[in-house]
Amino acid sequence: MTTQYNPVTAEVIAELEKVVPGRVVVGADVNPDYSRDEMPIYGTRMPDVSVDALTTEEVAGIVKVCYEHNIPVTTRGAGTGLVGGCTPICGGVVICTTKMNKILSYDLDNFAVTVQPGVLLQDLADDALAHGCMYPPDPGEKLATLGGNVATNASGMRGVKYGATRDYVKAMTVVLPTGEITRFGATVSKTSSGYSLLNLMIGSEGTLGIITELTLKLIPAPKATVSLIVPFEDLSACISTVPKFKMNHFNPQAIEFFEKEILITSEEYLGKQVFPRKVDGSEVGAYLLITFDGDSQDEMDAIVERAAEMLLEEGAMDVLVADTPPKLKDAWAARSSFLEGIEEQTKLLDECDVVVPVNKIPDYVIFADELAKNYDFRLQYFGHAGDGNLHIYTCSNDMEKEEFLRQVDDFMSKLYAKTMELGGQISGEHGIGMGKVKYLAQALGETNMELMRGIKKVFDPKLILNPGKVCYNV
Amino acid sequence: MNILVCVKQVPDTNEIKIDPETNTLVRDGVPSIVNTFDGYALEAAARIKDNAPDTKIVVLSMGPAQAEAALRECLAIAADKAYLLTDRAFGGSDTLATSYILSQAIRKVEDTEGKFDMIFCGKQAIDGDTAQVGPEIAEHLGYPQVTYALEVQEAAADQLKVLREAEDGKQVVGVGYPCLVTFTKPSFDPRFPTIKRKMAARKAVIEQITAADLADIDLGRAGLKGSPTKVKRTFVPPRKKSGMMITGETPEECAGKLYEALNGAHII
Repeated sequence: MTTQYNPVTAEVIAELEKVVPGRVVVGADVNPDYSRDEMPIYGTRMPDVSVDALTTEEVAGIVKVCYEHNIPVTTRGAGTGLVGGCTPICGGVVICTTKMNKILSYDLDNFAVTVQPGVLLQDLADDALAHGCMYPPDPGEKLATLGGNVATNASGMRGVKYGATRDYVKAMTVVLPTGEITRFGATVSKTSSGYSLLNLMIGSEGTLGIITELTLKLIPAPKATVSLIVPFEDLSACISTVPKFKMNHFNPQAIEFFEKEILITSEEYLGKQVFPRKVDGSEVGAYLLITFDGDSQDEMDAIVERAAEMLLEEGAMDVLVADTPPKLKDAWAARSSFLEGIEEQTKLLDECDVVVPVNKIPDYVIFADELAKNYDFRLQYFGHAGDGNLHIYTCSNDMEKEEFLRQVDDFMSKLYAKTMELGGQISGEHGIGMGKVKYLAQALGETNMELMRGIKKVFDPKLILNPGKVCYNV
Repeated sequence: MNILVCVKQVPDTNEIKIDPETNTLVRDGVPSIVNTFDGYALEAAARIKDNAPDTKIVVLSMGPAQAEAALRECLAIAADKAYLLTDRAFGGSDTLATSYILSQAIRKVEDTEGKFDMIFCGKQAIDGDTAQVGPEIAEHLGYPQVTYALEVQEAAADQLKVLREAEDGKQVVGVGYPCLVTFTKPSFDPRFPTIKRKMAARKAVIEQITAADLADIDLGRAGLKGSPTKVKRTFVPPRKKSGMMITGETPEECAGKLYEALNGAHII
């Protein structure tokens, strides 16, 4: 699946100028950030032209020009992705949606909100709360755009109770690669109305169409929240308690696990110590961070007491409680800074975001640790224990880049093979972008990849939209 | 060691809302928390206890009945005993009256708990921001005081070694017992309560002290009547407008736009 694209000529620029007068940025004036996301290790490239779009009609107009002239178009939001998903690897035009950042309307009778795709996750979360509602998807990166969240089917900490972004998208307006404007989905609670084009769009990473408006589902905001910090002597004891939550009729909003090493990295980044590193003189090896939500403090107190009893029986060294706003903030600030902490301390960084059945996490982590001993980089990992989603980082400060890439590729191939063996998937929430295409192909096989490419061609016959992502490399 | 920590329950908000009619804080809908700096003082006491487990930590708060929740939180975190000083006669006290009442109450608590070697306070409450009550308690009691403490380096038998923030750096100060120390933000977060302490704190008995329990108190120095501070006006300071960004293709163009803006505003 390769295509010869045409260069962006003065004539094309003039046509784009007619669509968005004064907002066509060309050549060296293009913001260098538009050449990459947060993982430049997969490759970077400057686009020839960038446009900050403001409306659906503008996006459609730009795409139409690109379609007619056979020029690649890549959409980006805040650029916080981790798989090179928004990197304009074939050059051409970048459409940035971050200025389409209005929360358009609430339909509180139907618990729905309509937004432009450039609204930041944090802004919607705060605004929804002010309306007495919660937007449950909660990826670590709060400054990501909702368009990007939908494009990658992001999920994050609350996935264990509330699911992924996919579960909160009711409808969307889409600009197709031909420049046509269409609408998928509706503000209804269920549907059995043909193929779900809406769900095809979610997680398609900007390869099938450009989302220009979203109607998202909200839920009533929980009235009380409490988090437990649970230290264990080692990771295995820590993870093996996770399946017990559901068995004991607990329904936590989040269950995160992490080892002490990454906590120290994060606390150094934050410049303060938050969690205990010793309990009664014994060293802590790993932690669970668990959040429950509900309708009242009394309900929370009862749940926390029962959960603590179970955790202590399962070998927890202690159970610490965060139930006041400052304590909740402290507890989650440390967790939310893991990636930033790693990034600050690491020169060369690659990551994988596999998801495995929850009870397979200990086996998987032990395998990864053992495997990593054969390489020169070190591993840091943490994850959403409640839904089996692991973030494993390969980090080096002293390797040559070429050698790092070679070793990481070898490591990742073996790691992904293990993922499939355990019944897992290549990506839980970050997507495939251009960094994981090879591994996705290895995991899914030719039949499934060909189906994906077929879908791509139906939406995008000229392959101009975000080329070289998800189902094929260029 | 016998340590008293003074705590205040405050609304958890960075932007205190004030009722324009009454000039008092609007507390409706704002969750209450233990004053952040008092949390640091409690953590400092807890760290002394970590090294000397026979240390006793007593917390004392003055406030309405609902301030019990703040005391229970302190019990869950590290305190062994809690006292709530509550009486209508204390309402409306300014910092001088508050510190006077607290100093009287400290004497009363000492009848039961024994003499305190040190009294720890937060440097200020996040709702009033005066930073006066701690130092005033020290004056009422005639104790030496160390302010802006970051952490206790050592609680030796004869003196307390305190690292404090100074204008041009940090100081280590030694102070004899009994003493009063006010704490500012250190480089660590206060510890989280354990579930066992949390459950025990829920059931703990909190001793109440009223004006009638303070035999020597001069009520003329308490409450609104006993407060020399007269609040003329309370207001939320107007927000400063954020700066204006001037952008352009060239420095000359930017300079031109700056000139137009300044000239238009009749500044030049």
